[in-house]
Amino acid sequence: MSNSESPKILRMNPRIFIVWIFMISISMIFVSLISAYIVKKGEPGGFNVDLPTMFYYSTAVVILSSIFKQLSYFASKKDNFKSQKIYLLLSLITGVLFLVTQYLGWVQLVGGGVYFVGHPDGSFIYVLSGVHAFHLISGLFFIIYVFRKAVNLDIHSKSMIFIEMSTTYWHFLGGLWLYLFITLYFYNI
Amino acid sequence: MGVTKTIKAKPNVKIDEHHHDEHHDQSFITKYIFSEDHKVIAKQFLISGIFWAIIGGALSSLFRIQLGFPDMDLTALSPIIGNWLTPQGKIDPEVYLALITMHGTIMVFFVLTAGLSGTFSNFLIPLQIGARDMASGFLNMLSYWFFFLSSIVMFISIFVEGGPASGGWTIYPPLSALPQAVSGSGMGMTLWLFSMSLFIVSALLGSLNYITTIINLRTEGMTFFRMPLTIWAFFVTAILGVLSFPVLLSAALLLIMDRSFGTSFYLSDIYIAGEALSNQGGSAILFQHLFWFLGHPEVYIVILPSLGITSEIIATCSRKPIFGYRAMVYSIFGIGALSFVVWAHHMFISGMNPFLGSVFTILTLIIAVPSAIKAFNYIATLWRGNIIFTPAMLFSIGLVSFFISGGLTGLFLGNSVVDINLHDTYFVVAHFHIVMGSASFFGLFAGVYHWFPKMFGRMMNSTLGYIHFWVTFIGAYLVFFPLHYIGIAGYPRRYYSFTNFETGRIESFIDLNTFVSFAAILTFVAQFIFLFNFFYSIYRGRRASENPWKSNTLEWTTPVEPGHGNWPGKIPKVTRWPYDYSKPGSKDDYIPQHIPFSSTKDSNMPEDEHR
Ligand code: HEM
Ligand SMILES: [Cu+2]
Repeated sequence: MSNSESPKILRMNPRIFIVWIFMISISMIFVSLISAYIVKKGEPGGFNVDLPTMFYYSTAVVILSSIFKQLSYFASKKDNFKSQKIYLLLSLITGVLFLVTQYLGWVQLVGGGVYFVGHPDGSFIYVLSGVHAFHLISGLFFIIYVFRKAVNLDIHSKSMIFIEMSTTYWHFLGGLWLYLFITLYFYNI
Repeated sequence: MGVTKTIKAKPNVKIDEHHHDEHHDQSFITKYIFSEDHKVIAKQFLISGIFWAIIGGALSSLFRIQLGFPDMDLTALSPIIGNWLTPQGKIDPEVYLALITMHGTIMVFFVLTAGLSGTFSNFLIPLQIGARDMASGFLNMLSYWFFFLSSIVMFISIFVEGGPASGGWTIYPPLSALPQAVSGSGMGMTLWLFSMSLFIVSALLGSLNYITTIINLRTEGMTFFRMPLTIWAFFVTAILGVLSFPVLLSAALLLIMDRSFGTSFYLSDIYIAGEALSNQGGSAILFQHLFWFLGHPEVYIVILPSLGITSEIIATCSRKPIFGYRAMVYSIFGIGALSFVVWAHHMFISGMNPFLGSVFTILTLIIAVPSAIKAFNYIATLWRGNIIFTPAMLFSIGLVSFFISGGLTGLFLGNSVVDINLHDTYFVVAHFHIVMGSASFFGLFAGVYHWFPKMFGRMMNSTLGYIHFWVTFIGAYLVFFPLHYIGIAGYPRRYYSFTNFETGRIESFIDLNTFVSFAAILTFVAQFIFLFNFFYSIYRGRRASENPWKSNTLEWTTPVEPGHGNWPGKIPKVTRWPYDYSKPGSKDDYIPQHIPFSSTKDSNMPEDEHR
């Protein structure tokens, strides 16, 4: 009986845990929007959209950004402060570049006659990419925050929690775009 | 009324109280306003919830006057609600719609979601699982202040030009999307959407914290199956919140786009005064799907915390272990999971494939199973218990009564065929006011009466508590039960007036409506007994002991008024489940969770191994 009196309690770092739940609730926003979109695409009277070429580039950019972020994580683990910061900076720059390409994608959409105001088949593309971009901006701020900590030498092999949180979140955001892009692609052919 | 005498102060916990008053160099602002202490935040939610409940109740009294006394001249009230009246002194028809919309929004979201979960999840989670505070005090504080902001915006919206939102708390488009439709769909609706977006952020931040705290910060020995049922209920409530509120955010976002930017997510083929609007391709049904995907889990977000509170109080005041602890846990999870797959029972009449209708009928009826299990377990716990009728216990038993009588009508409504007749009648209003409104309000009252001593270090007056209970209990049935008949007779809900049909049938129910209004206003006024008791007892109530109800859970091992960090010394370790009441062989009729088995040799049982 003695060991059943005080069994060990499962524990995970609460901060990381919060990030995970946060990601779940963000996913629910996109799950609901995508479901609405898919139902809409099934109805008659709509149209298919040629996805802008910029969206293909932005997809590549966001994957690249995730890779940089991961490299920075590895560098922190090895206490390699120089490449830690360089990779962080690279992920930040590619993140901003992603936003720029998304914007150019919108410009291309408008050029192709697909407007935000109009039939929902077009509007949804703006809303999905727009809400995603909004969350990506929060991820950028997180990277800036981590970068500042890195400059203060607050991030190293014994203190990985913040870079772990921001890396998880960044991969999530990249993966989310990948998912949106693939879904948009297959529902528009 | 012998309760106050039979329950005597009996300090049963030996924790040295020396460093109780560590010097807090906190200013007034960080201590009471921008506090990160879960207990202070809980009280902030409680007081805000009470404020909103008064407003929500007052609004309902107003529209009940219109329904029950349609010819009454309200000019006497014009100093307060002057611009809501017609020149004849009657409530303006559009104002009536605004009143019911605000009443519903306020009661469902601001009182029974924020006021209830916000209060008790915050207060009880750290105390009952043995944690010093929430996982993130800062996010917790943010959660309250987002709620506060959202409250301010909603409050302002009541007074803006054109009036507050008036499309019903479900804000269906196109009514809510087009300002031309009703004056409340102008500025009032914009503010409603803004306020609710802030509210959703607040609810998410809260839920995030509750889940993380429950999973990660339990004290040593507090395994999942040793958690009190309150914690299980708050846990599942928070999960429902995390999964469903974001969907409301999506619904609101698309509505905002339609309203402010001219998109057509919910709009198509609309003619106003013979003119066609340019919007094409949208679907109003899409909104209903998104809304009810939140809306149905939301009603469980409202009721589950109350059910958890009730479980705890019924076990404590019956001096018996809760009947079927694991079955209770599994039913909470069952209800939680099923609540995500029944949303379309609100839409049987909205144009749904009949086959889909029968699928949702079956799924809906399945929810009756875990709900019935819970009801049976409450009754079985009460059965032959050594019942102590504290006010909290009476309110808990009242909740069980409402949960059963309101749940039964749900079975009618859940049948897609029967619902053809009942949808959008007062039968629905009767159903949800009993099962959701009254039941969770009773859980809220029960919780306040029960945990008041831990919140404020004093007892509430139980005589006033009994009077409050009986008036409210009888009053609620008098208000809501007749609505069933009115609904079956064909009264549609959300109608301003029923006197102009001249069918003879509808008119014959006018006196019943008068009766209901009379009972409603009386019941509303009776709540001031509670308010007086509450505020008076905060300052003047009898001083409480550490464990006035002789309860087993950890919060009663803290000092009378727990300080920051909850336990002055070490956090107690947990060795057993929380329901060791009247255990055979034990000399006390309760054994708190932190008492080791080694000191209760006489009452240990073989099955204790598994608890
Ligand atoms: C003083 C007690 C109450 C009275 C007299 C009352 C009365 C009413 C009436 C008559 C309506 C329908 C008005 C119409 O459609 O024309 C209504 C709507 C509503 N009530 Fe109450 N109510 C009370 C308490 C509550 C409580 C405690 C809740 C908490 C959940 C609540 C939630 C709602 C909601 C959500 C609606 C709007 C439903 C809808 O329109 O879809 N009410 N109330
Ligand atoms: Cu429902």
